[in-house]
Amino acid sequence: MLSLFLKILKTPKNIVRIDSAELDKLQVPELGKKVHEAIKKKFRGSLAIREVDAGSDNSCEQELVALSNSTYDVERFGIHFVASPRHADMLLVTGPVTRNMVEPLKRAYEATPAPKIVVAVGDDAIDGGIFKGSYATVDGVSSVIPVDYCIPGNPPSPKEILYHLLKILETTKA
Amino acid sequence: MNIVIIVLQLILVPLVSPLFIGLIKKVKALLQNRQGSSLIQPYLDLWKLFHKDEIISKDASVIFRIAPYIVFSVTIVVGASIPLFASFIKNGLTGDMLMVVYTLAIGTFFLSLAGFDIGGAFGGFGSSREMTVSALAEGGLIFSFITVALINHSSNLFTIAASNPFTHSHYFLSLTLALGGFFIVLLAETARYPFDNPATHLELTMIHEAMILEYSGKRLALMEWAAANKLLIFCALLGNLFFPFGLAANTSITSLIIGIISFMVKGGIVCVVIALIESSIAKSRFFRLPDLLMVSFILNVIAIGLIF
Amino acid sequence: MIVLISLFIIGSFGSLMLQNNDEYSNAWTTFFAIAGSLWGLIFSGLTIISGSGSAFVAKSSSLPFLSFSVSIDYLSAFFIFTCSLITLFSSLYGWGYVKHYYKKYNIGVLGFFYHLFIAGMFLVIMATNSIFFIIVWEIMSIASYFLVVYDHNDEENVKAGFLYLIMTHIGTAFIISAFLLMYSYTGSFDFAAIKSGAGAIPLVAKNLIFLFAFIGFGTKAGLIPFHIWLPAAHPAAPSHVSSILSSVMIKTGIYMFIRIFLDMIQPAPLWWGLFILVMGSISSVLGVLFALTEHDIKKLLAYHSIENIGIILLGLGSALTFTSLNLPIFAVIGLTASLFHTLNHATFKSLLFLSAGSVINATHTRNMEEYGGLMKHMPYTAFFFLIGSMAISALPPFNGFFSEWLTFQALFNGIQLMGFYPKWIFIFSTGSLAFTGGLALACFVKAFGATFLARPRSSHAEHAKESSASLLIGMGGLALVPLLIGIFSGNVVYLLENVSKSLAVFKQTSKMSFLTTPLGLSVNSGFASVSDPAFILFLLITVCMVVVISRYLINRSQKETVARTWDCGTDLTPRMEITATGFARSIVMIFKGILKPSIQRDISYHDSESRYLPIGKTITLKTHDMHHTHFYQPLYDIMTALAYKIKKIQSGNTNAYILYIFIALIIALFFIL
Repeated sequence: MLSLFLKILKTPKNIVRIDSAELDKLQVPELGKKVHEAIKKKFRGSLAIREVDAGSDNSCEQELVALSNSTYDVERFGIHFVASPRHADMLLVTGPVTRNMVEPLKRAYEATPAPKIVVAVGDDAIDGGIFKGSYATVDGVSSVIPVDYCIPGNPPSPKEILYHLLKILETTKA
Repeated sequence: MNIVIIVLQLILVPLVSPLFIGLIKKVKALLQNRQGSSLIQPYLDLWKLFHKDEIISKDASVIFRIAPYIVFSVTIVVGASIPLFASFIKNGLTGDMLMVVYTLAIGTFFLSLAGFDIGGAFGGFGSSREMTVSALAEGGLIFSFITVALINHSSNLFTIAASNPFTHSHYFLSLTLALGGFFIVLLAETARYPFDNPATHLELTMIHEAMILEYSGKRLALMEWAAANKLLIFCALLGNLFFPFGLAANTSITSLIIGIISFMVKGGIVCVVIALIESSIAKSRFFRLPDLLMVSFILNVIAIGLIF
Repeated sequence: MIVLISLFIIGSFGSLMLQNNDEYSNAWTTFFAIAGSLWGLIFSGLTIISGSGSAFVAKSSSLPFLSFSVSIDYLSAFFIFTCSLITLFSSLYGWGYVKHYYKKYNIGVLGFFYHLFIAGMFLVIMATNSIFFIIVWEIMSIASYFLVVYDHNDEENVKAGFLYLIMTHIGTAFIISAFLLMYSYTGSFDFAAIKSGAGAIPLVAKNLIFLFAFIGFGTKAGLIPFHIWLPAAHPAAPSHVSSILSSVMIKTGIYMFIRIFLDMIQPAPLWWGLFILVMGSISSVLGVLFALTEHDIKKLLAYHSIENIGIILLGLGSALTFTSLNLPIFAVIGLTASLFHTLNHATFKSLLFLSAGSVINATHTRNMEEYGGLMKHMPYTAFFFLIGSMAISALPPFNGFFSEWLTFQALFNGIQLMGFYPKWIFIFSTGSLAFTGGLALACFVKAFGATFLARPRSSHAEHAKESSASLLIGMGGLALVPLLIGIFSGNVVYLLENVSKSLAVFKQTSKMSFLTTPLGLSVNSGFASVSDPAFILFLLITVCMVVVISRYLINRSQKETVARTWDCGTDLTPRMEITATGFARSIVMIFKGILKPSIQRDISYHDSESRYLPIGKTITLKTHDMHHTHFYQPLYDIMTALAYKIKKIQSGNTNAYILYIFIALIIALFFIL
């Protein structure tokens, strides 16, 4: 076991470096009213994310899971995923919101204590994407709960998600 | 002077405890080849939670509302009643080992009731598991205390911590066994691997997390902080009862500083060991846990049997 | 003393006289019960503090051997004090509680037996003559039998009462044998004479007396394996009576243990104490395990009585062991611990039974699975039950902690001082006490949580109402007692030490076993010390500081909103909550070797052929008291088989009967000649 630990510690880190120039150029699409600057400041060092799957095809989930691995390591920015919306500051919603998920999504939104940020991840979540117009979905998260930011892409890559999150919080350190 | 030390401990426990949690997380991250969150991350999390609004379940009663205050206060009281960095004070009032065990049980009692109170599908199961584990851990905990108490002829924790560790060389075997037993209890009581996964997101596998699923804002912060305090208390007990080195034996400033430094080092070593264990083993199946707790109890029984 | 008894006698016959009017009869009962118990409290309290006992002997009886001799020494005064304290609050509670029996049952009869029962109990504690003792013992038992079957419309209660009657008489048979054995060696039925002549009893006879008395009084005390009547009978009685049954009556067994083993037939061999320790450990652990499996709230409490009797015996057993090893200083610690726990258990158990009674009164069921969410409807009752639960789980600052702490200290002494084998028995007892504490905590989280927290699980619980003032005053008064005893534990232990030292065996020990200050107490010259006032002060200051800092100093602008419970977006129903059975399931499964649970799964399907779509699933988790199946059932079978064998001699033939008479005559002649 010890040799395994040593090997891990010797392995060079292949962590994604944040290119601040690229980050500065990035524009995060905003929906609705802008989140107050003071609130964002509060979350800068510590952001708890609750991921809500509102009928997603799981592609976004794959990418979100990758955020926690040793390559993207979202934890170094103080961002972590939590088990209950009661603990969360940000709802990351994926999927076009199927009719069955309308009510649970609303409840998850209500269960999150203010101040909170809602982010729609992926084209499906933004406006329905390829499911747009389907009788089974309600075309995007914004038709159910107010969305603050969007992260476009079908699905967005982990790096894109990471950059967008950092841009939302305007964190460039580490 | 006693009062000054106790007030100092009162402040020290909540002040330092998040750092220990941060340390465990950092070591675990390093062993996963990650950079991990910074050491002060738990402080930031607590600060943020204190500034959030709260949502309280409409099914919850008064117990749910008052539980965090009681659970947190209990850990503070216990933290001030045990030796942390100074052993010269004589706390004959609340420093008894059984007092400490049962005071911690008040916290467990209210935490479990709070889990029950919301009437969700997960809270109750969390309480049930927590009570199962803590009921079985109590035997091991009390017995490992008895071992050190019998060796030092006192059940006052300060007196035990003030003893000279080298005079007990012929109790080496007893102390080692009791240490093993105590360490298992430590893992159980602080909800660590293999008893509980502190980072789990799966409600069905939760023990401690399931009970606090419904808390938010300040109350959640208090609950998380109380858990951190509890970890610190157990680290301090392990460090000071089994390795009573470096504790300040008089009131001089240098010995106090040495005491605080050695306390931090001992706590840090325990945390690193916990992190190493968490990185190398998997969480046990729930019904395997009683076996482990029985092992802890039996180790301590043998330890007592070896004292003559 | 005479006033005390006469108050209860007046109470009993008065209420019988007034039986035509429920209201008057109830008031009469309550008034005399309260007056009597107040008198008892003052009287015994004065005796304990002043230290002057009194004796009353009436030799006017025309029957040989029988004398109505009663006397009150320190020990009886202590038990009378406990008894009066509980009777006071239970009677106050009973006043309101009995109201729901109006028009259904005869209130006068209830009052009659209630008073007779309490008077019997007082006389048992005071009696100093074996024959008189047996008479009042029977009065107490029979009166309590009628109280158990008072609610006689329920078949279960009548059955429970019958079991109680049988068990208590088996116990009485052993008690009589024990007294007869004592008589045969000392030639007297008088306790004082037996005590002075105890040296003449040979060891074998002494051991026999010990075993007989242990079984006889152990049956009354509800010791495992003689306990089977207890969880059946205590729940059957009206709640204020079950409170007295469970918190005081079973203690008369403990009283006689102390009286006989530590006072009358001293010196005792070593194995008595160790035997009591082992039995105490078994009772405490099994008691709490069986309690965990129960979902009938009163049965659960009844099993906890067994557990606590076990803890009391741990103190008593260590006292007896130290006495026989001639270590009286440590023996006093053990005895004081057991007396202290006797008092404490009486207070919190009766509080729990009274608040359980209020819950039953409001919901009309004893099944905990049909409760839930009662905290919102019955906040005071819930608060009192919470205090009781914390006290019985030995959480500081309540009194239960201090007596368990003392018991622990007594056992630690054993581990430190004993030789190899006794030491291991002490380690075993300490272990069982430690586990009992943990399991009791789990059990009361279950009892309190399933009853008062979360959402109501049945319509009974939804429409529950807070109980009336008399009930609340009875409970509220009693709820103060655990806290007060906890705060003044130092003073109480000081008085109890005097009680222990009043026994003849400890007369010579002048050295104090305890160091008691108003602040707290410490034992064994500083081996351990605790202080309740300091703890309470410390905890209160910290709680206040935490509340003030977190609520008013950090972020004052925080908002609290009340919303639905988060449950992953589903609709929560009461069926999704954890039940009492579900809560205890994991512990039951861990101890399945002892508890032998049986699980039965019934699944019903839409389509019985293919079995793909289940409609519903029923899981029944049952546990049986193993003593029923493994001890009493075989015993019963053997007895029945023997009876059938013996029946064969009854042939119905007159000649045969004449032959039997003839044989009997010859045998009798042989003995005489």
